[in-house]
Amino acid sequence: MEFSILPLLVAIPLGAAFILPLFHRVKRSAKIADFVSIFSAGMLFVLTLSLFEDAREILWVGRWSPKSVVGISLYVDGLSRLLLLIINTVSLAVVLYSVQYMVRYTSRILYFSLFMLMVAGMNGVVITGDMFNLFVFLEIASIASYALVAFGCESEELEASFKYLILGSIASTFVLFGIGMLYNQTGFLNMAQLSEHFQTAGVSRLAVMAGCFFIVGFGLKGAMVPFHAWLPDAHPSAPAPISAMLSGVLIKALGIYALARLFLNVYPVSSAFGTIMMLLGAVSMLIGVLMAVGQWDFKRLLAYHSISQMGYVVLALGVGMGVLSRGGSTVVAGLALFGGLFHLFNHSAFKSLLFLSSGSIEYATGTRQLKEMGGLRKRMPVTGVCCRIASLSIAGIPPFNGFWSKWIIIIAAFLAGHPWLGALGVLVAFLTLVSFVKVQRYALDGELPERYRNVREVPAAMGLGMIILALICVAAGVLLLTPPLKSLIMEPARDALLKTSEYARLVLGG
Amino acid sequence: MPRELLPYFLAMVLLVIGLYAIVGKKNVVKIIIGVIIMEYAVNLFLVLIGYRSGGRAPIVTKTLNEDPQRLREFMQTAVDPLPQALILTSIVIGLATLILMIAIAIRVYEKYGTFDVSKIRKLRG
Repeated sequence: MEFSILPLLVAIPLGAAFILPLFHRVKRSAKIADFVSIFSAGMLFVLTLSLFEDAREILWVGRWSPKSVVGISLYVDGLSRLLLLIINTVSLAVVLYSVQYMVRYTSRILYFSLFMLMVAGMNGVVITGDMFNLFVFLEIASIASYALVAFGCESEELEASFKYLILGSIASTFVLFGIGMLYNQTGFLNMAQLSEHFQTAGVSRLAVMAGCFFIVGFGLKGAMVPFHAWLPDAHPSAPAPISAMLSGVLIKALGIYALARLFLNVYPVSSAFGTIMMLLGAVSMLIGVLMAVGQWDFKRLLAYHSISQMGYVVLALGVGMGVLSRGGSTVVAGLALFGGLFHLFNHSAFKSLLFLSSGSIEYATGTRQLKEMGGLRKRMPVTGVCCRIASLSIAGIPPFNGFWSKWIIIIAAFLAGHPWLGALGVLVAFLTLVSFVKVQRYALDGELPERYRNVREVPAAMGLGMIILALICVAAGVLLLTPPLKSLIMEPARDALLKTSEYARLVLGG
Repeated sequence: MPRELLPYFLAMVLLVIGLYAIVGKKNVVKIIIGVIIMEYAVNLFLVLIGYRSGGRAPIVTKTLNEDPQRLREFMQTAVDPLPQALILTSIVIGLATLILMIAIAIRVYEKYGTFDVSKIRKLRG
């Protein structure tokens, strides 16, 4: 059997996570932590890029045959590759940023250890082809993130982490219950075998009930609106680089990706689940942005915007599912799914960047309250420019990436015969713009308060992490919509979801 | 009620009891116990769906492997081993979550001096 690099995507960060604590008592342990984590994040990024050579890659762990019920498969197609690209790009930028930012905290080595554990879990979730394996990786990533939210050990952080832990455990329990039901109903745990079973034998009623459990479980992990209560506490309480990881990547890999994979590839596309996703998306968009407009805490405002922006993605997936299940035009469905995935990518870039710049402002001035800031653009040029680029992207101003993806989603909603959802998309985009005009007005422009006369720009390594993400925000809008990268990254990802039941044949056939 | 739906019913009852403890109780320790009840509801469910009354332990011996006739008979009477493997994993994961939960609860108590969640509210809406 030829050598496959898929296990390395999990093995490298997992290895790093368990090697790091060994150096806890060694002298200069911080330097070792920096080196090991930058090295592993870089390796992961290179490995992800090398995956783009082949159309898809599959590995049956332990050489079980595709016919066997117990074998676990690792499978990478266009969708997984898009998610891997997001996870590993953002984590590289965040590791570079953390090296300087975490100087203020004690025990950097444990921080990087938990960070790598979280990356291992997320990479595992997106490459696995087995339901139970997905649950295990989901828990690895979640447990690491609970601990990271509490990393500061102040009272707010502990409170937020406890809330997140309880709701996260409920989510995991629901997911596991759903998996148990699916196994009882079909006798399979492998996603491809499940999909094949559903195509031949149909979906039993209890399997539909399992689907409802998955919506609650993954909806909780992805912070869709009725289940969103933990996110606005947990994301702002974590150290800024972790907020960037949680909002930028974790809710996507654990929540949105799992929902998309299950309801487009594993379950036959059904209009009922499509409608539920559309409703969840629409409600999240609206409630998230309405809660965000009134916030004065910079990071809390960003957290509410995460809920709202994820609403766009879930709405787009729901619209796509609706069109597919009606047997409508695949062009429209493809447009909706393309828009959703493109927004997923864009959100990870600009939201991570926003959290990192909020972290830089906090690093320099020591406050997160917008009302206490002002005129920071003059004292912190790099952070100012990065924050402005990210704000323009999330607000949907034309040349930046956020505009294109929102535009595609809104057009797809109109074409799919949901003019109200399209109008809602426009309204939410407008409210987002209002909210970020406020951020610009209070944080970057205006009078510089007396006590911040001497604030300094953040160190170069932090600036580098932000500049990488800012370049992605500027370039992605054009590059990902034009041929070389569009056909390499975005179209395979869309096709993986669009050719719903092909999934089983592709995995089991080769 | 059909016999094969019994595990669903039992697990649902336990699941709802756990959810009630999490939502309705104010004490942090009782909430943690609620989470444990929910986890064990699922573990119990997994055991029950793999169970077969009067079933044999699912261990294939060498002599059994060589005799297709007896192997087929064995397959029809043995208990399903896969859910048991799943439960072992899920118990270990549950233990890790539980330890973290208790550690954080102790730190919360040190900071706030109370286990009452309605008094642990520094973060607002």
